[in-house]
Amino acid sequence: MNKRRYGVGAIALIAASALALAGCASGSSTTTSGDSAAVISVNGSEPQNPLVPTNTNETGGGKILDSLFAGLVYYDATGAVQNDVADSITTDDAQTYTIKIKSGQKFSDGEDLTAKNFVDTWNYGANAANTQLNQSWFNIIEGFDEKNPVESLSGLKVVDDTTFTVTLTEPLSDFPIRLGYSAYYPLPEKAFEDMEAYGQNPIGNGPYKFASDTAWAHNEKLDLVVNDTYDGGRKAQNGGVTYKFYSSEDAAYADLLGGNLDVLDSVPASAYANFQSDLGDRAVNQPAAIFQSFTIPTNLAHFSGDEGKLRRAALSMAINRDEITDVIFEGTRTPASDFTSPVIDGWSDSLEGADVLKYNPDEAKKLWAQADAISPWSGSFQIGYNSDSSHQVWVDAVSNSIKNVLGIDASGAPYPTFAEFRTAVTGKTITTAFRTGWQADYPGLYNFLQPLYQTGASSNDGDYSSADFDAQLQKGATATDTGAANDEFSKAQDILLKDLPAIPLWYSNVTGGYGESVSNVQFGWNSQPLYYEITKS
Amino acid sequence: MAGYILRRLLQAVPVLLGTTFLIYFMVFAMPGDPLLALFGDKAPDPALLERLREQYHLDQPFIVQYFLYLGGIFHGDFGTSFSGEPVSAILVRTFPVTIRLAIMALIIEFVGGVLIGLISGLRKGKLFDASALVVSLIFISLPIFVIAFVAQFVFGIQLGWVKTTVSAGAPIQDLILPAFVLASITFAQLIRLTRASVIETEQLDFVRTAYSKGLSRRRIIPVHILRNSLIPVVTYAATDFGVLLVGATVTEGIFNVPGVGRTLYQAIVQGQGPTVVSFVTVMVLIYLVVNLVVDLLYGLLDPRIRYVK
Repeated sequence: MNKRRYGVGAIALIAASALALAGCASGSSTTTSGDSAAVISVNGSEPQNPLVPTNTNETGGGKILDSLFAGLVYYDATGAVQNDVADSITTDDAQTYTIKIKSGQKFSDGEDLTAKNFVDTWNYGANAANTQLNQSWFNIIEGFDEKNPVESLSGLKVVDDTTFTVTLTEPLSDFPIRLGYSAYYPLPEKAFEDMEAYGQNPIGNGPYKFASDTAWAHNEKLDLVVNDTYDGGRKAQNGGVTYKFYSSEDAAYADLLGGNLDVLDSVPASAYANFQSDLGDRAVNQPAAIFQSFTIPTNLAHFSGDEGKLRRAALSMAINRDEITDVIFEGTRTPASDFTSPVIDGWSDSLEGADVLKYNPDEAKKLWAQADAISPWSGSFQIGYNSDSSHQVWVDAVSNSIKNVLGIDASGAPYPTFAEFRTAVTGKTITTAFRTGWQADYPGLYNFLQPLYQTGASSNDGDYSSADFDAQLQKGATATDTGAANDEFSKAQDILLKDLPAIPLWYSNVTGGYGESVSNVQFGWNSQPLYYEITKS
Repeated sequence: MAGYILRRLLQAVPVLLGTTFLIYFMVFAMPGDPLLALFGDKAPDPALLERLREQYHLDQPFIVQYFLYLGGIFHGDFGTSFSGEPVSAILVRTFPVTIRLAIMALIIEFVGGVLIGLISGLRKGKLFDASALVVSLIFISLPIFVIAFVAQFVFGIQLGWVKTTVSAGAPIQDLILPAFVLASITFAQLIRLTRASVIETEQLDFVRTAYSKGLSRRRIIPVHILRNSLIPVVTYAATDFGVLLVGATVTEGIFNVPGVGRTLYQAIVQGQGPTVVSFVTVMVLIYLVVNLVVDLLYGLLDPRIRYVK
């Protein structure tokens, strides 16, 4: 009995002193200068693969790698490219690049980082024998072979400790922009001895490093602390980052509200309606580098030739994007005005022919009637999607919008799982239009255009093929000046707006939030907070 | 007795083989290519895809895949997940968490349910009984995710008494709220079951005899009434323990408990054959053992029950 009473007394005492302390703290500190030793907690998901940059292609592992490694360049808050490890990247013809790295670079274990580390890593990633998920990122380098093992690419040459040259198979103006992507991060020599073991406890060269050998508690969390050997532009303003792994966004959001999580980079759909009022000015809602559309394959009846162009334009103008993004998504999507994203350098909302993306029921009806004059419409218009994610609501809304304006039968065509859906799409067995989305890997217009619409490109799911577009794209790719390249890419988009291989819908917004104890939270172009900038008091 | 246990264990072997085969077949028959889903909206290199397929034996016919898997189990190798982690490591990591949660929930529901049910049964028709019935009705009719979300919001966010989700390592204090949520529905069922059983037993001849012999209530209630009322209750609670052990997907998801249910759900969605089958195999084993233990418990509660060889 006595003991218990002491217990209560002790708790009361602690509570009282805590209150007193809190009072002192709020009284004395008016400016929030962060505690440089404070560790911030952020949401994440268990990496699907060992933490090897050349073998990680999903965001769960990707955002951890971005903290652990430093590439030749990095992207600042505006998406602009800044040198990280690189001292200079130069070229005369957009095909052969000379890359100089800063001297005295080190990995977090003190080992020197030289040009050879980059060349060895890229050779490893490109070698078919290693089955790396990011292998295709190296297919632009001379000597690449996707099927047969190649030990060292002929396009990579070490000149000296701080210099190497890269020869590409063809001119590519945006090669320097790509170099911030995680596939190009350097690996230390010892990684190649046992890649499996390395991936569980990687040594990097970035702003952070593993807190201990066992910092990765699978499925639960991963602790990173500041890496003192890093001296690039992303110097950490906090003591470390703890990634907490969540299986649902709802759980992470509850933790943010409950004060158990400092930064959340994705608000669950269930909280769209109220997260801005829940969090006030600590809510984040801005466009991201994610483009959503639906693709109408060219082999679909009524959708090729002149008739196809008319029908595609009619469908596009029959969709009330403003209303759908407002009502269905509570303003967490931004209506599309092109095929890329507003956060990308070179984006424009005034492309020639962008009117086709505006809601215009009268014009839509007129174009549809013109198409009917060529060949009368029959059947129903369907949009395929995977129902294991929250797509049904907007697919239904888009279908209804089309149905109401054009007076045709339109509906969604659900597939139970994402795997099943993608199998039907890539196997070309799908007989309807289908949802398509694209999240950029690096902030360049080319990355939104080439993989999706170039003839025979890897993700050209609708089999779009236009000689004009391909030529225009090529012009941009071979330009040696970024501004000039972007002008050419804009012209290429003008062609897409006429042909509409896919109907642009909207850009996904990054929806996030942060707790009261952290400040200076900025989201980068890739919807990820710039963790290194965040301060915590 | 020993012969009975041995026979029951032998019966488990064909059951286990049958279930692994069925589950493996079902995972295999799931439409869609799990490797394709790994690449999201981006199409992978065909050559790369082919090599990955070889690596996970996905290019082999179903029966070959199954025997490769089965052969591995006999060497203690449960296969590897796509992330390169051995499935056995995942099993070892997740089951202790779920077992801890299940035991906590079981204690809460058993102690609470039997106690309230007993008092209700003894005071049939009184105020306490009526309110217990109303409360249990509310809990039975609410879906568990509603209870979970409300509990998380009230105790985690509004009052701040507990953490909103379970932190790494799943410490016991973090598991209290999920355990209460998990226990809530069975707890309500147990109240009703105990109450009905107590009322029935109370009217039996031996209880009336005990009273007329002048035995005290303090002896009659625990020894004569409660013990004889417990058989249906124990059966129910034990089956529920089996259910809890194989993971509560919804509750584990909401509270982010790194346990069996959450892991299995993700494995199913990602089409990870070896992980799914290994988990289900262990679950079947647990069910068999729990059922055996229940059958043996009957003998303790009622010595008239004998086990036939």
